[in-house]
Amino acid sequence: MTDKGKQGAVLVLGGGVAGVQSALDLADLGYYVYLVEKKASIGGVMAQLDKTFPTNDCSL
Amino acid sequence: MEAGRSPNIEILANARLMALEGEAGGFTARVHQEPRFIDEDKCTACGTCTMYCPRPVVDLYNERLDITRAPHIDYPQAIPAVYYIDAKACLRVNYESCNLCAQTCTAKAIDFSQKPREHVLDVGAVVLAPGFGKIDPAVLARFGYGKHPDVVTSLEFERLTCASGPTEGHIVRLSDHKTPKKIAFLQCIGSRDETCGNGYCSSVCCMYAVKEASVAKEHEPDLDISIFFMDVRTQGKGFDESRERAEKKYGIRVIRARVPRVEEIDGRLALTWTDEDGTSRSELFDMVVLSVGLDAPEDARQIADLCGVELNKYDFCLTSAGSPLSTTRPGVFVAGAFQGPKDVPESVTQASGVASLASEELASARGTRTVSVMYPEEDLEIAKGPPRIGVFVCHCGVNIAGVVDVKAVRDYAADLGDVVLYEDPMYSCSQDALKNIARKIKENRLNRVVIAACSPRTHEPLFQETLRSVGVNPALVEMANIRDQCSWVHAQEPAEATQKAMDLVRMAVAKARHLEPLSLQMVSVIPRAVVLGGGAAGMSAALAIADQGFDCILVEKEGELGGNLRMLKWTLDGQDASAILANLVTRVQGHPRIRVMTNAVLENVTGFVGNFVSTIRTGDSNEEVRHGVCVIATGGMQYVPTGDMYGESPKVLTQLELEGRLSKGKGGLRGVNSVVMIQCVGSRGDGMNHCSRVCCTQAVKNALKIKEMKPETAVYVLYRDIRTFGFHEDLYSEARRKGVVFLRYEPEDRPQVLKAGNGLKVRAFDRLLGEYIEIPAGLVVLSTGIAPGENEALSRVVKAPLTPEGFFLEAHAKLRPVEVSVDGFYLCGLAHGPKSLDESIAQAKAAAAKAAIPLAKGEVPVTPLVSRVDQEKCIGCGICESLCPFHAIRLVKVDKRRKAETVTASCKACGICAAHCPTLAISMGGFTDEAIMAQIHAFSERCAS
Repeated sequence: MTDKGKQGAVLVLGGGVAGVQSALDLADLGYYVYLVEKKASIGGVMAQLDKTFPTNDCSL
Repeated sequence: MEAGRSPNIEILANARLMALEGEAGGFTARVHQEPRFIDEDKCTACGTCTMYCPRPVVDLYNERLDITRAPHIDYPQAIPAVYYIDAKACLRVNYESCNLCAQTCTAKAIDFSQKPREHVLDVGAVVLAPGFGKIDPAVLARFGYGKHPDVVTSLEFERLTCASGPTEGHIVRLSDHKTPKKIAFLQCIGSRDETCGNGYCSSVCCMYAVKEASVAKEHEPDLDISIFFMDVRTQGKGFDESRERAEKKYGIRVIRARVPRVEEIDGRLALTWTDEDGTSRSELFDMVVLSVGLDAPEDARQIADLCGVELNKYDFCLTSAGSPLSTTRPGVFVAGAFQGPKDVPESVTQASGVASLASEELASARGTRTVSVMYPEEDLEIAKGPPRIGVFVCHCGVNIAGVVDVKAVRDYAADLGDVVLYEDPMYSCSQDALKNIARKIKENRLNRVVIAACSPRTHEPLFQETLRSVGVNPALVEMANIRDQCSWVHAQEPAEATQKAMDLVRMAVAKARHLEPLSLQMVSVIPRAVVLGGGAAGMSAALAIADQGFDCILVEKEGELGGNLRMLKWTLDGQDASAILANLVTRVQGHPRIRVMTNAVLENVTGFVGNFVSTIRTGDSNEEVRHGVCVIATGGMQYVPTGDMYGESPKVLTQLELEGRLSKGKGGLRGVNSVVMIQCVGSRGDGMNHCSRVCCTQAVKNALKIKEMKPETAVYVLYRDIRTFGFHEDLYSEARRKGVVFLRYEPEDRPQVLKAGNGLKVRAFDRLLGEYIEIPAGLVVLSTGIAPGENEALSRVVKAPLTPEGFFLEAHAKLRPVEVSVDGFYLCGLAHGPKSLDESIAQAKAAAAKAAIPLAKGEVPVTPLVSRVDQEKCIGCGICESLCPFHAIRLVKVDKRRKAETVTASCKACGICAAHCPTLAISMGGFTDEAIMAQIHAFSERCAS
């Protein structure tokens, strides 16, 4: 705990592309992250997409 | 996805939030986690359990188009890379019978004793990113979905076009598995449809329909594809270009109509619609794809109740234009589709944006909960001795061993020179096997390791970490990919696959002998940011960086802060823009960590990420500032119309000028009985190529303002596509209800502004009447687009590329939307492309989060894989300097001679310099000429013998 009593951890609800990106950035910024996903694996809908536009990169 | 490897991200899968108490800075969250019945530490993802399970279940990952078994994994790259058992289907879980999987699992990972777990977590902030929900099946049923197998959803069609999907990328009709000839895409299924309660536009369907249609044409060039649009809403950056390509290159037919239903006639699908001129038409198709919209998440209300946040009328999270990522509860933030329907780049942007918001809130507690992985001190002596090589040939379950004779390859390795240890682990990447490898390295004093398994792209970091864990330099491991390159591609030729695996192992051993330790250097970061541009985006970025605890210099070229926001009167959602402006300016000017420089421009910048030196000119004086990162937020400009009597008649205004008049009250409309707005002035081929994204909503917003102030005024909007995406669609519906007349025009037949006595009139074609009409106009309002600012000069200074339209180009359109290709530079606002105020602010937050990462870390790693110049051999020809795409190699004077020198922090290890050096003076760490030559010689050994 710190002087102001704030917690240096964040809960991210949802393991889709938005949740995962938030989690990565928060960890990089110096916070511990709990990534809560209701399914068995993270990735969300984006993992189902074949290719993304307009670069046609693999979506994983 | 790196999330699986970060020590500071704890993934709680199969879990849901049960309660959230406390307040910003100190929440207590309760999370309930269901068991997966498979031990994450033991499972090696071999797939044996799926093979033996007698219980079929539909594969939800493949949109029910395929079948899997109760224990399964959604896709091979899933994280956690661990199988799970579908408790609903499992015979053991439900009836205490079967247990086949547990008996066949060689890793003994299946554990039916697992119980649900309750976690109590202390967190300072919460990010809501639950994504979006599916449209009610009853809406889809109206279009024959569920009745005719050849009516599919767009996500099902996506899986059909995917090479790893159920049909391996072949597009087939589900009724007879034949390739269709004629396909129709129906847009706005479950969107822009008040009959199903979803009045909003889902924003992404037009673009994905164009994408899927284009991909389908690439797979099957003879397909005849039609897309039924109401408006073609491809307003994203670069999207209009793709749409044009789809129409011109692939011949995809655009029909502007809404099809009310789908009927089956003799196994084909009949569509009936009304054209813009009122004629009724019908046609038969083989397959119909429903472009299904994005609904609010199914559990939106539950999440809202648990977290105490408010929703909008469509059950998406409620936010405002001034703080687009904040919910109604302090400390709880929202990103992605739950904030409103949006595509991947916007979701990724918002995701980084909320990271900044949480980081601003919790700056005082930064680093208090994180852990760092500690490694033992490196044994520097061990690498110096003669090579002692250990070879591990992986079975990968049956993945490799099913084809390649792994034991024969292992025994073959035994006879290669310098090999002192050879083994064949079942799964070299499993926790047990890694511990064994680490122990064997220590016991046998191995100083080179060869792993013959899968791809270094996915697994090399894992083995490098194993070496580090026992004090051996991580560069001393070499991988041979005998899975992808042997067992997978030569599945039908086991003898040859085994021979090739032996070749690859021999080559890897030959290269391993020449591997040298590489040291990981860290460069310290100057904890200060420079933000270029003092408009809404720049001020928001500067505040976000400063609130995270870092110094910031805000450089504005004009005499006062505000940029384009000074001209805007109302935000798209009707808020007072000047209040938002005043708030930003006051906070920026009063912030102890922000220094504002006005009338200032960036003249020059040198250095690299973490250590930049910039020259900033104010008037005649130059000042040098040192900083670690830089945010480009230099804004854009209003396009200046060149025709339509703009400048000739005082009755012709731009939308911003109209806003200025309306803000003065009803007097601004004195004597005006009709207003004609013309869309796409300057945009979409009218002077500039891009869509300016905001003008449609701006026009509708101002039309409503006129109707509110003086309801008897006739208002006409002449448009090409009304792009009021997302919740802005509500404004469009309201405008039509209030009698605003919308008339579509073709770019070839643009409306004309003409003189009519003392006044003006606009001549345009009315499609329903089939003739030209002349509309008297008290005011003509031009919806002028957003033009790029003076980006070219800045682009040269910072060496960051521009798009053909003149906006800054992001590093990756989807995954790195606020970074530019130069490390340490970030991007937001109109400098990136046209966007609304809320989008600019969200993007500014995202750029601030990305920029704060090096500042927060305090040091940046210099990858050991960089080019190194042997200055003895260098002749100073300068070829390397001229070819390096990253400006990472330069010529310096050494004893009065020109010699090349690598700027290690900028080097990306692409190898272009090494490949072109005429004297072979440049080598790449880990890929020295000696090592590669040894590998090639080893290859030829079999040919010679």
